[in-house]
Amino acid sequence: MLRAILGLFAILLVAPIVPGIANRVKSALTGRRGAPVLQLYADLWKLWRKGVVYSPTTSIVFRLGPAVLAATTVLATCLLPLDGATSLVGFTGDLVAFAGLLALGRFMLVLAALDTGSSFEGMGASREVTIAAFAEPALILCFTVLAMATGRLQLQDMLGPPLAQAWLAAAPSLLLGAASLFVLSLAEACRVPVDDPLTHLELTMIHEVMVLDHSGPDLALVLYAGALKMTLFGSLIVRVLVASVAVPAPVALVLLLGGLALYGALVGTVESGMARLRMNRVPQILVAASAIAGFGLILLLK
Amino acid sequence: MHSFHELILLLVVLSDFWVLGTTRLSSTIRATAIQGVLLAALPIALYLHPSVHLIGLALGTFLVKAVVLPYFLTRAIREAAVRREIEPLIGFTASLMLGAAAVALSFAIAPRLELGSIPSAMLVPVALATVIIGLIVLTTRNKALTQVVGYLILENGIYIFGLTQAERVPFLVELGVLLDVFAGVFIMGIVVFHINRAFDSLDSALLTELKD
Repeated sequence: MLRAILGLFAILLVAPIVPGIANRVKSALTGRRGAPVLQLYADLWKLWRKGVVYSPTTSIVFRLGPAVLAATTVLATCLLPLDGATSLVGFTGDLVAFAGLLALGRFMLVLAALDTGSSFEGMGASREVTIAAFAEPALILCFTVLAMATGRLQLQDMLGPPLAQAWLAAAPSLLLGAASLFVLSLAEACRVPVDDPLTHLELTMIHEVMVLDHSGPDLALVLYAGALKMTLFGSLIVRVLVASVAVPAPVALVLLLGGLALYGALVGTVESGMARLRMNRVPQILVAASAIAGFGLILLLK
Repeated sequence: MHSFHELILLLVVLSDFWVLGTTRLSSTIRATAIQGVLLAALPIALYLHPSVHLIGLALGTFLVKAVVLPYFLTRAIREAAVRREIEPLIGFTASLMLGAAAVALSFAIAPRLELGSIPSAMLVPVALATVIIGLIVLTTRNKALTQVVGYLILENGIYIFGLTQAERVPFLVELGVLLDVFAGVFIMGIVVFHINRAFDSLDSALLTELKD
Protein backbone atom coordinates (compact mmCIF):
# COMPACT_ATOMS: atom_id res chain seq x y z
CA MET A 1 0.00 0.00 0.00
CA LEU A 2 2.76 2.41 1.01
CA ARG A 3 4.63 1.60 -2.18
CA ALA A 4 1.51 2.26 -4.25
CA ILE A 5 1.13 5.70 -2.65
CA LEU A 6 4.83 6.37 -3.24
CA GLY A 7 4.43 5.38 -6.90
CA LEU A 8 1.38 7.58 -7.27
CA PHE A 9 3.18 10.61 -5.87
CA ALA A 10 6.24 9.92 -8.02
CA ILE A 11 4.07 9.89 -11.15
CA LEU A 12 2.08 12.97 -10.11
CA LEU A 13 5.37 14.76 -9.50
CA VAL A 14 7.16 13.84 -12.74
CA ALA A 15 4.12 14.18 -15.03
CA PRO A 16 5.01 17.69 -16.31
CA ILE A 17 8.50 16.51 -17.30
CA VAL A 18 7.26 14.03 -19.93
CA PRO A 19 5.86 16.64 -22.38
CA GLY A 20 8.92 18.76 -21.53
CA ILE A 21 11.22 15.96 -22.72
CA ALA A 22 9.12 15.49 -25.86
CA ASN A 23 9.33 19.20 -26.70
CA ARG A 24 13.04 19.39 -25.93
CA VAL A 25 13.86 16.37 -28.12
CA LYS A 26 11.73 17.80 -30.91
CA SER A 27 13.57 21.13 -30.67
CA ALA A 28 16.97 19.46 -30.64
CA LEU A 29 16.14 17.30 -33.66
CA THR A 30 14.93 20.31 -35.63
CA GLY A 31 18.05 22.33 -34.85
CA ARG A 32 16.70 24.58 -32.11
CA ARG A 33 17.50 24.80 -28.45
CA GLY A 34 13.98 24.70 -27.14
CA ALA A 35 12.40 25.41 -23.79
CA PRO A 36 13.92 23.86 -20.65
CA VAL A 37 12.65 20.40 -19.77
CA LEU A 38 11.19 21.78 -16.55
CA GLN A 39 9.38 24.66 -18.28
CA LEU A 40 5.90 23.33 -17.49
CA TYR A 41 6.56 23.53 -13.73
CA ALA A 42 7.38 27.22 -14.11
CA ASP A 43 4.28 27.75 -16.22
CA LEU A 44 2.08 25.94 -13.74
CA TRP A 45 3.53 27.91 -10.82
CA LYS A 46 3.01 31.18 -12.69
CA LEU A 47 -0.59 30.34 -13.60
CA TRP A 48 -1.35 29.10 -10.10
CA ARG A 49 -0.56 32.52 -8.59
CA LYS A 50 -2.62 34.42 -11.16
CA GLY A 51 -6.21 35.48 -10.78
CA VAL A 52 -9.10 33.94 -12.73
CA VAL A 53 -11.27 35.78 -15.22
CA TYR A 54 -14.75 34.36 -15.84
CA SER A 55 -16.85 35.55 -18.73
CA PRO A 56 -20.36 36.66 -17.63
CA THR A 57 -21.88 34.29 -20.21
CA THR A 58 -20.42 31.21 -18.53
CA SER A 59 -22.11 29.16 -15.84
CA ILE A 60 -21.02 26.81 -13.11
CA VAL A 61 -20.25 24.16 -15.77
CA PHE A 62 -17.35 26.25 -17.02
CA ARG A 63 -15.87 26.50 -13.53
CA LEU A 64 -16.34 22.79 -12.85
CA GLY A 65 -14.65 21.66 -16.09
CA PRO A 66 -10.96 21.96 -15.17
CA ALA A 67 -11.45 20.69 -11.61
CA VAL A 68 -13.33 17.57 -12.76
CA LEU A 69 -10.78 16.99 -15.53
CA ALA A 70 -7.87 17.11 -13.10
CA ALA A 71 -9.68 15.02 -10.48
CA THR A 72 -10.70 12.25 -12.90
CA THR A 73 -7.20 12.08 -14.38
CA VAL A 74 -5.65 11.72 -10.91
CA LEU A 75 -8.24 9.05 -10.03
CA ALA A 76 -7.41 7.17 -13.24
CA THR A 77 -3.75 7.25 -12.16
CA CYS A 78 -4.71 5.55 -8.88
CA LEU A 79 -6.04 2.58 -10.88
CA LEU A 80 -2.71 1.84 -12.55
CA PRO A 81 -0.24 -0.49 -10.82
CA LEU A 82 2.68 1.89 -11.19
CA ASP A 83 5.23 -0.34 -9.43
CA GLY A 84 4.03 -3.37 -11.34
CA ALA A 85 2.53 -5.10 -8.33
CA THR A 86 -0.31 -3.21 -6.67
CA SER A 87 -2.48 -0.29 -7.62
CA LEU A 88 -3.87 2.07 -5.01
CA VAL A 89 -7.46 1.32 -5.98
CA GLY A 90 -8.41 -1.84 -7.80
CA PHE A 91 -11.44 -4.01 -8.41
CA THR A 92 -12.59 -6.45 -11.06
CA GLY A 93 -13.37 -4.57 -14.25
CA ASP A 94 -11.54 -1.41 -13.26
CA LEU A 95 -10.21 -1.18 -16.82
CA VAL A 96 -13.64 0.14 -17.81
CA ALA A 97 -13.48 2.61 -14.91
CA PHE A 98 -10.10 3.80 -16.21
CA ALA A 99 -11.51 4.48 -19.68
CA GLY A 100 -14.69 5.93 -18.16
CA LEU A 101 -12.83 8.35 -15.86
CA LEU A 102 -10.78 9.69 -18.75
CA ALA A 103 -13.96 10.00 -20.83
CA LEU A 104 -15.71 11.86 -17.99
CA GLY A 105 -12.86 14.35 -17.73
CA ARG A 106 -12.95 14.92 -21.46
CA PHE A 107 -16.73 15.27 -21.38
CA MET A 108 -16.55 17.99 -18.73
CA LEU A 109 -13.84 19.86 -20.63
CA VAL A 110 -15.96 19.72 -23.78
CA LEU A 111 -19.01 20.98 -21.83
CA ALA A 112 -16.93 23.83 -20.40
CA ALA A 113 -15.81 24.75 -23.91
CA LEU A 114 -19.40 24.74 -25.17
CA ASP A 115 -20.48 26.75 -22.15
CA THR A 116 -18.42 29.75 -23.26
CA GLY A 117 -20.69 30.17 -26.28
CA SER A 118 -17.66 30.81 -28.49
CA SER A 119 -17.97 29.28 -31.94
CA PHE A 120 -14.25 28.56 -32.03
CA GLU A 121 -14.41 26.59 -28.83
CA GLY A 122 -17.49 24.78 -30.10
CA MET A 123 -15.49 23.76 -33.16
CA GLY A 124 -12.61 22.56 -30.97
CA ALA A 125 -15.07 20.60 -28.83
CA SER A 126 -16.58 18.99 -31.90
CA ARG A 127 -13.14 17.93 -33.12
CA GLU A 128 -12.09 16.62 -29.73
CA VAL A 129 -15.20 14.47 -29.53
CA THR A 130 -14.72 13.22 -33.09
CA ILE A 131 -11.25 12.02 -32.18
CA ALA A 132 -12.47 10.56 -28.89
CA ALA A 133 -15.12 8.55 -30.72
CA PHE A 134 -12.33 6.72 -32.56
CA ALA A 135 -9.80 6.66 -29.71
CA GLU A 136 -12.00 5.05 -27.07
CA PRO A 137 -12.83 1.84 -29.00
CA ALA A 138 -9.11 1.51 -29.70
CA LEU A 139 -8.31 1.83 -25.98
CA ILE A 140 -10.92 -0.78 -25.08
CA LEU A 141 -9.54 -3.10 -27.79
CA CYS A 142 -6.02 -2.72 -26.35
CA PHE A 143 -7.35 -3.52 -22.89
CA THR A 144 -9.17 -6.53 -24.34
CA VAL A 145 -5.88 -7.80 -25.76
CA LEU A 146 -4.30 -7.45 -22.30
CA ALA A 147 -7.29 -9.07 -20.60
CA MET A 148 -7.33 -12.00 -23.03
CA ALA A 149 -3.57 -12.49 -22.78
CA THR A 150 -3.53 -12.53 -18.97
CA GLY A 151 -7.02 -13.92 -18.37
CA ARG A 152 -7.65 -11.20 -15.75
CA LEU A 153 -10.03 -8.27 -15.65
CA GLN A 154 -8.22 -6.01 -13.20
CA LEU A 155 -5.57 -3.51 -14.25
CA GLN A 156 -3.40 -4.55 -11.30
CA ASP A 157 -3.17 -8.09 -12.71
CA MET A 158 -3.39 -7.19 -16.39
CA LEU A 159 -0.28 -5.03 -16.03
CA GLY A 160 1.27 -6.94 -13.15
CA PRO A 161 2.80 -10.39 -12.60
CA PRO A 162 0.33 -12.37 -14.80
CA LEU A 163 1.48 -10.22 -17.73
CA ALA A 164 5.01 -11.60 -17.37
CA GLN A 165 3.66 -15.10 -18.03
CA ALA A 166 1.52 -13.80 -20.89
CA TRP A 167 4.68 -12.53 -22.60
CA LEU A 168 5.90 -16.11 -22.91
CA ALA A 169 2.75 -17.25 -24.66
CA ALA A 170 1.48 -14.22 -26.53
CA ALA A 171 4.39 -11.90 -27.28
CA PRO A 172 3.23 -10.85 -30.80
CA SER A 173 -0.23 -9.84 -29.57
CA LEU A 174 1.23 -7.80 -26.72
CA LEU A 175 3.67 -6.05 -29.06
CA LEU A 176 0.79 -5.19 -31.41
CA GLY A 177 -1.20 -3.94 -28.43
CA ALA A 178 1.71 -1.76 -27.29
CA ALA A 179 2.12 -0.33 -30.80
CA SER A 180 -1.58 0.44 -30.93
CA LEU A 181 -1.40 2.08 -27.50
CA PHE A 182 1.46 4.28 -28.70
CA VAL A 183 -0.55 5.65 -31.64
CA LEU A 184 -3.48 6.08 -29.31
CA SER A 185 -1.35 7.95 -26.77
CA LEU A 186 -0.38 10.49 -29.43
CA ALA A 187 -4.07 11.19 -29.98
CA GLU A 188 -4.94 11.27 -26.28
CA ALA A 189 -2.00 13.51 -25.40
CA CYS A 190 -2.83 15.85 -28.32
CA ARG A 191 0.60 15.38 -29.90
CA VAL A 192 1.62 15.93 -33.48
CA PRO A 193 0.15 13.59 -36.02
CA VAL A 194 -3.24 14.28 -34.45
CA ASP A 195 -3.02 17.69 -32.81
CA ASP A 196 -0.28 20.29 -32.47
CA PRO A 197 0.20 21.56 -28.91
CA LEU A 198 2.29 24.49 -30.12
CA THR A 199 0.00 25.84 -32.81
CA HIS A 200 -1.20 29.43 -32.64
CA LEU A 201 -3.75 29.16 -35.42
CA GLU A 202 -7.21 28.71 -33.99
CA LEU A 203 -8.47 27.03 -37.13
CA THR A 204 -6.05 24.13 -36.78
CA MET A 205 -6.28 23.73 -33.01
CA ILE A 206 -8.15 20.90 -31.39
CA HIS A 207 -7.37 20.60 -27.72
CA GLU A 208 -5.82 24.06 -27.37
CA VAL A 209 -8.83 25.87 -28.77
CA MET A 210 -11.10 24.37 -26.13
CA VAL A 211 -9.12 25.89 -23.29
CA LEU A 212 -8.75 29.41 -24.73
CA ASP A 213 -11.13 30.89 -22.15
CA HIS A 214 -9.60 29.24 -19.11
CA SER A 215 -7.21 31.36 -17.13
CA GLY A 216 -5.08 31.28 -14.00
CA PRO A 217 -5.35 28.20 -11.77
CA ASP A 218 -8.05 26.73 -14.05
CA LEU A 219 -5.67 26.74 -17.00
CA ALA A 220 -2.96 25.33 -14.74
CA LEU A 221 -5.28 22.41 -13.89
CA VAL A 222 -6.04 21.78 -17.57
CA LEU A 223 -2.35 21.88 -18.51
CA TYR A 224 -1.41 19.62 -15.63
CA ALA A 225 -4.19 17.15 -16.46
CA GLY A 226 -2.98 17.09 -20.08
CA ALA A 227 0.59 16.31 -18.99
CA LEU A 228 -0.67 13.68 -16.53
CA LYS A 229 -2.81 12.03 -19.21
CA MET A 230 0.20 11.78 -21.52
CA THR A 231 2.19 10.29 -18.62
CA LEU A 232 -0.65 7.84 -17.93
CA PHE A 233 -0.64 6.50 -21.46
CA GLY A 234 3.16 6.46 -21.42
CA SER A 235 3.09 4.41 -18.20
CA LEU A 236 0.57 2.00 -19.72
CA ILE A 237 2.89 1.34 -22.67
CA VAL A 238 6.00 1.11 -20.49
CA ARG A 239 4.23 -1.27 -18.06
CA VAL A 240 3.16 -3.54 -20.93
CA LEU A 241 6.69 -3.65 -22.34
CA VAL A 242 8.59 -3.78 -19.04
CA ALA A 243 6.43 -6.63 -17.72
CA SER A 244 8.36 -9.03 -19.97
CA VAL A 245 11.09 -9.05 -17.31
CA ALA A 246 9.99 -9.73 -13.74
CA VAL A 247 11.72 -7.41 -11.27
CA PRO A 248 11.00 -6.39 -7.66
CA ALA A 249 8.60 -3.49 -7.21
CA PRO A 250 11.04 -0.62 -6.39
CA VAL A 251 13.14 -1.50 -9.45
CA ALA A 252 9.94 -1.62 -11.52
CA LEU A 253 9.12 1.93 -10.45
CA VAL A 254 12.57 3.16 -11.47
CA LEU A 255 12.19 1.28 -14.76
CA LEU A 256 8.83 2.99 -15.26
CA LEU A 257 10.33 6.45 -14.75
CA GLY A 258 13.19 5.65 -17.13
CA GLY A 259 10.70 4.24 -19.63
CA LEU A 260 8.63 7.42 -19.39
CA ALA A 261 11.69 9.51 -20.30
CA LEU A 262 12.26 7.23 -23.30
CA TYR A 263 8.60 7.52 -24.20
CA GLY A 264 8.83 11.33 -24.14
CA ALA A 265 11.91 11.21 -26.35
CA LEU A 266 10.12 8.86 -28.76
CA VAL A 267 7.11 11.18 -28.99
CA GLY A 268 9.48 14.09 -29.69
CA THR A 269 11.22 12.07 -32.41
CA VAL A 270 7.91 11.21 -34.07
CA GLU A 271 6.88 14.86 -33.88
CA SER A 272 10.05 16.11 -35.50
CA GLY A 273 9.72 13.54 -38.27
CA MET A 274 6.19 14.11 -39.46
CA ALA A 275 3.68 16.85 -40.12
CA ARG A 276 0.28 17.08 -38.55
CA LEU A 277 -2.33 15.04 -40.38
CA ARG A 278 -5.25 16.72 -42.03
CA MET A 279 -8.34 16.56 -39.86
CA ASN A 280 -10.12 14.04 -42.10
CA ARG A 281 -7.10 11.71 -41.93
CA VAL A 282 -7.05 11.60 -38.13
CA PRO A 283 -9.84 9.02 -37.77
CA GLN A 284 -7.94 6.86 -40.23
CA ILE A 285 -4.80 6.62 -38.10
CA LEU A 286 -6.94 5.76 -35.08
CA VAL A 287 -8.84 3.10 -37.04
CA ALA A 288 -5.44 1.76 -38.09
CA ALA A 289 -4.50 1.61 -34.39
CA SER A 290 -7.73 -0.30 -33.70
CA ALA A 291 -7.02 -2.63 -36.61
CA ILE A 292 -3.55 -3.38 -35.21
CA ALA A 293 -4.96 -4.08 -31.75
CA GLY A 294 -7.76 -6.10 -33.34
CA PHE A 295 -5.18 -8.18 -35.18
CA GLY A 296 -3.43 -8.81 -31.87
CA LEU A 297 -6.76 -9.96 -30.45
CA ILE A 298 -7.36 -12.29 -33.42
CA LEU A 299 -3.97 -13.89 -32.81
CA LEU A 300 -5.00 -14.56 -29.22
CA LEU A 301 -8.35 -16.07 -30.17
CA LYS A 302 -6.75 -18.51 -32.56
CA MET B 1 4.01 -18.80 -30.93
CA HIS B 2 6.99 -16.50 -31.32
CA SER B 3 9.28 -18.01 -33.87
CA PHE B 4 10.88 -16.09 -36.66
CA HIS B 5 8.52 -17.06 -39.46
CA GLU B 6 5.50 -15.99 -37.42
CA LEU B 7 7.09 -12.59 -36.90
CA ILE B 8 7.51 -12.34 -40.67
CA LEU B 9 3.89 -13.30 -41.29
CA LEU B 10 2.81 -10.70 -38.72
CA LEU B 11 4.79 -8.02 -40.55
CA VAL B 12 3.24 -9.15 -43.86
CA VAL B 13 -0.23 -8.46 -42.45
CA LEU B 14 0.93 -5.08 -41.11
CA SER B 15 2.30 -4.15 -44.54
CA ASP B 16 -1.12 -5.09 -45.97
CA PHE B 17 -2.72 -2.62 -43.55
CA TRP B 18 -0.12 -0.06 -44.56
CA VAL B 19 -1.14 -0.33 -48.23
CA LEU B 20 -4.81 -0.03 -47.27
CA GLY B 21 -4.22 3.07 -45.20
CA THR B 22 -1.84 5.28 -47.18
CA THR B 23 -2.73 7.83 -49.81
CA ARG B 24 0.72 8.29 -51.25
CA LEU B 25 1.53 6.02 -54.17
CA SER B 26 5.25 6.00 -53.38
CA SER B 27 4.41 4.79 -49.89
CA THR B 28 2.26 1.90 -51.16
CA ILE B 29 5.08 0.89 -53.50
CA ARG B 30 7.52 0.96 -50.59
CA ALA B 31 5.12 -1.27 -48.67
CA THR B 32 5.04 -3.83 -51.50
CA ALA B 33 8.84 -3.74 -51.70
CA ILE B 34 9.09 -4.45 -47.97
CA GLN B 35 6.52 -7.19 -48.38
CA GLY B 36 8.70 -8.61 -51.16
CA VAL B 37 11.70 -8.74 -48.81
CA LEU B 38 9.57 -10.43 -46.13
CA LEU B 39 8.27 -12.99 -48.61
CA ALA B 40 11.80 -13.73 -49.77
CA ALA B 41 12.87 -14.40 -46.17
CA LEU B 42 9.80 -16.53 -45.47
CA PRO B 43 10.71 -19.86 -47.15
CA ILE B 44 14.10 -19.87 -45.41
CA ALA B 45 12.53 -19.05 -42.04
CA LEU B 46 9.86 -21.72 -42.52
CA TYR B 47 12.07 -24.65 -43.41
CA LEU B 48 15.02 -24.71 -41.09
CA HIS B 49 17.19 -26.76 -43.45
CA PRO B 50 16.63 -25.02 -46.76
CA SER B 51 17.39 -26.93 -49.91
CA VAL B 52 18.94 -25.37 -52.99
CA HIS B 53 15.43 -25.17 -54.39
CA LEU B 54 14.22 -23.00 -51.50
CA ILE B 55 17.24 -20.71 -51.61
CA GLY B 56 16.68 -20.26 -55.33
CA LEU B 57 13.04 -19.47 -54.65
CA ALA B 58 14.01 -16.88 -52.01
CA LEU B 59 16.57 -15.26 -54.30
CA GLY B 60 14.16 -15.15 -57.23
CA THR B 61 11.40 -13.67 -55.07
CA PHE B 62 13.75 -11.06 -53.66
CA LEU B 63 14.96 -10.06 -57.11
CA VAL B 64 11.53 -9.79 -58.72
CA LYS B 65 9.31 -8.63 -55.85
CA ALA B 66 11.64 -6.49 -53.79
CA VAL B 67 13.92 -4.98 -56.45
CA VAL B 68 12.68 -5.08 -60.04
CA LEU B 69 8.93 -4.51 -59.67
CA PRO B 70 9.17 -1.68 -57.09
CA TYR B 71 11.81 -0.06 -59.29
CA PHE B 72 9.50 -0.19 -62.33
CA LEU B 73 6.53 1.10 -60.35
CA THR B 74 8.58 3.97 -58.91
CA ARG B 75 9.68 4.85 -62.42
CA ALA B 76 6.08 4.70 -63.57
CA ILE B 77 4.85 7.19 -60.97
CA ARG B 78 7.75 9.48 -61.82
CA GLU B 79 6.88 9.36 -65.53
CA ALA B 80 3.18 9.80 -64.94
CA ALA B 81 3.75 12.43 -62.22
CA VAL B 82 1.04 11.08 -59.92
CA ARG B 83 1.56 11.19 -56.20
CA ARG B 84 -1.68 10.36 -54.47
CA GLU B 85 -4.76 8.25 -54.71
CA ILE B 86 -7.39 10.98 -54.54
CA GLU B 87 -10.78 9.39 -54.18
CA PRO B 88 -11.00 5.64 -53.83
CA LEU B 89 -14.42 4.03 -54.20
CA ILE B 90 -14.27 2.99 -50.57
CA GLY B 91 -12.58 5.49 -48.23
CA PHE B 92 -9.30 4.72 -46.50
CA THR B 93 -10.89 4.41 -43.08
CA ALA B 94 -13.58 2.06 -44.36
CA SER B 95 -11.07 -0.03 -46.30
CA LEU B 96 -8.92 -0.37 -43.16
CA MET B 97 -11.99 -1.69 -41.33
CA LEU B 98 -12.69 -4.04 -44.24
CA GLY B 99 -9.07 -5.19 -44.04
CA ALA B 100 -9.39 -5.90 -40.31
CA ALA B 101 -12.60 -7.83 -41.02
CA ALA B 102 -10.79 -9.77 -43.75
CA VAL B 103 -8.05 -10.75 -41.30
CA ALA B 104 -10.64 -11.86 -38.74
CA LEU B 105 -12.49 -13.86 -41.38
CA SER B 106 -9.31 -15.54 -42.60
CA PHE B 107 -8.31 -16.58 -39.10
CA ALA B 108 -11.82 -17.93 -38.55
CA ILE B 109 -11.90 -19.91 -41.81
CA ALA B 110 -8.34 -21.21 -41.96
CA PRO B 111 -8.57 -23.86 -39.19
CA ARG B 112 -11.56 -25.42 -40.98
CA LEU B 113 -9.62 -26.12 -44.15
CA GLU B 114 -8.13 -29.58 -44.27
CA LEU B 115 -4.78 -29.09 -45.88
CA GLY B 116 -2.68 -31.88 -44.45
CA SER B 117 0.68 -31.00 -42.95
CA ILE B 118 1.50 -27.31 -42.97
CA PRO B 119 4.77 -25.85 -41.67
CA SER B 120 3.08 -23.05 -39.70
CA ALA B 121 -0.46 -22.57 -38.38
CA MET B 122 -0.38 -18.88 -39.32
CA LEU B 123 0.60 -19.49 -42.94
CA VAL B 124 -2.87 -20.18 -44.37
CA PRO B 125 -4.80 -17.40 -42.58
CA VAL B 126 -2.18 -14.81 -43.50
CA ALA B 127 -2.26 -16.02 -47.10
CA LEU B 128 -6.07 -15.74 -47.21
CA ALA B 129 -6.01 -12.30 -45.59
CA THR B 130 -3.39 -11.05 -48.03
CA VAL B 131 -5.40 -12.35 -50.99
CA ILE B 132 -8.59 -10.64 -49.75
CA ILE B 133 -6.80 -7.37 -48.98
CA GLY B 134 -5.16 -7.46 -52.41
CA LEU B 135 -8.60 -7.92 -53.90
CA ILE B 136 -9.95 -4.95 -51.88
CA VAL B 137 -7.12 -2.72 -53.15
CA LEU B 138 -7.53 -4.01 -56.70
CA THR B 139 -11.26 -3.34 -56.85
CA THR B 140 -11.74 -0.17 -54.82
CA ARG B 141 -8.93 2.11 -55.95
CA ASN B 142 -9.16 4.37 -58.97
CA LYS B 143 -5.58 4.89 -59.98
CA ALA B 144 -4.28 2.23 -62.35
CA LEU B 145 -0.98 2.09 -60.44
CA THR B 146 -2.64 1.31 -57.12
CA GLN B 147 -4.54 -1.42 -58.89
CA VAL B 148 -1.22 -2.89 -60.01
CA VAL B 149 -0.10 -2.81 -56.38
CA GLY B 150 -3.34 -4.57 -55.43
CA TYR B 151 -2.62 -7.27 -58.02
CA LEU B 152 0.87 -7.71 -56.59
CA ILE B 153 -0.48 -8.10 -53.06
CA LEU B 154 -3.03 -10.61 -54.30
CA GLU B 155 -0.25 -12.55 -55.94
CA ASN B 156 1.83 -12.33 -52.76
CA GLY B 157 -1.04 -13.99 -50.94
CA ILE B 158 -1.09 -16.81 -53.46
CA TYR B 159 2.67 -17.13 -53.08
CA ILE B 160 2.32 -17.50 -49.29
CA PHE B 161 -0.33 -20.13 -49.86
CA GLY B 162 2.02 -21.88 -52.26
CA LEU B 163 4.66 -22.05 -49.52
CA THR B 164 2.52 -24.60 -47.66
CA GLN B 165 3.55 -27.00 -50.39
CA ALA B 166 6.95 -25.47 -51.20
CA GLU B 167 8.85 -28.71 -50.72
CA ARG B 168 6.64 -30.57 -53.17
CA VAL B 169 6.22 -28.08 -55.99
CA PRO B 170 8.93 -28.24 -58.63
CA PHE B 171 11.21 -25.26 -58.86
CA LEU B 172 10.25 -24.66 -62.49
CA VAL B 173 6.62 -24.01 -61.53
CA GLU B 174 7.66 -21.35 -59.01
CA LEU B 175 9.91 -19.71 -61.55
CA GLY B 176 7.07 -19.79 -64.06
CA VAL B 177 4.77 -18.03 -61.58
CA LEU B 178 7.39 -15.36 -60.89
CA LEU B 179 7.82 -14.86 -64.61
CA ASP B 180 4.04 -14.58 -65.01
CA VAL B 181 3.84 -11.88 -62.36
CA PHE B 182 6.70 -10.06 -63.96
CA ALA B 183 5.08 -10.21 -67.40
CA GLY B 184 1.72 -9.22 -65.89
CA VAL B 185 3.13 -6.13 -64.23
CA PHE B 186 5.06 -5.34 -67.38
CA ILE B 187 1.89 -5.40 -69.47
CA MET B 188 0.08 -3.38 -66.83
CA GLY B 189 2.92 -0.87 -66.97
CA ILE B 190 2.33 -0.45 -70.70
CA VAL B 191 -1.43 -0.08 -70.11
CA VAL B 192 -0.77 2.47 -67.38
CA PHE B 193 1.47 4.37 -69.73
CA HIS B 194 -1.23 4.46 -72.41
CA ILE B 195 -3.99 5.49 -70.00
CA ASN B 196 -1.73 8.28 -68.85
CA ARG B 197 -1.04 9.41 -72.41
CA ALA B 198 -4.65 9.27 -73.53
CA PHE B 199 -6.22 11.00 -70.53
CA ASP B 200 -3.38 12.84 -68.79
CA SER B 201 -4.27 10.96 -65.62
CA LEU B 202 -4.11 7.46 -64.22
CA ASP B 203 -7.76 7.25 -63.29
CA SER B 204 -8.97 3.94 -64.70
CA ALA B 205 -12.61 5.04 -64.22
CA LEU B 206 -12.10 7.19 -67.31
CA LEU B 207 -11.87 3.98 -69.34
CA THR B 208 -15.64 3.54 -69.03
CA GLU B 209 -16.06 6.55 -71.27
CA LEU B 210 -14.21 5.01 -74.18
CA LYS B 211 -15.88 5.39 -77.55
CA ASP B 212 -14.72 4.53 -81.01
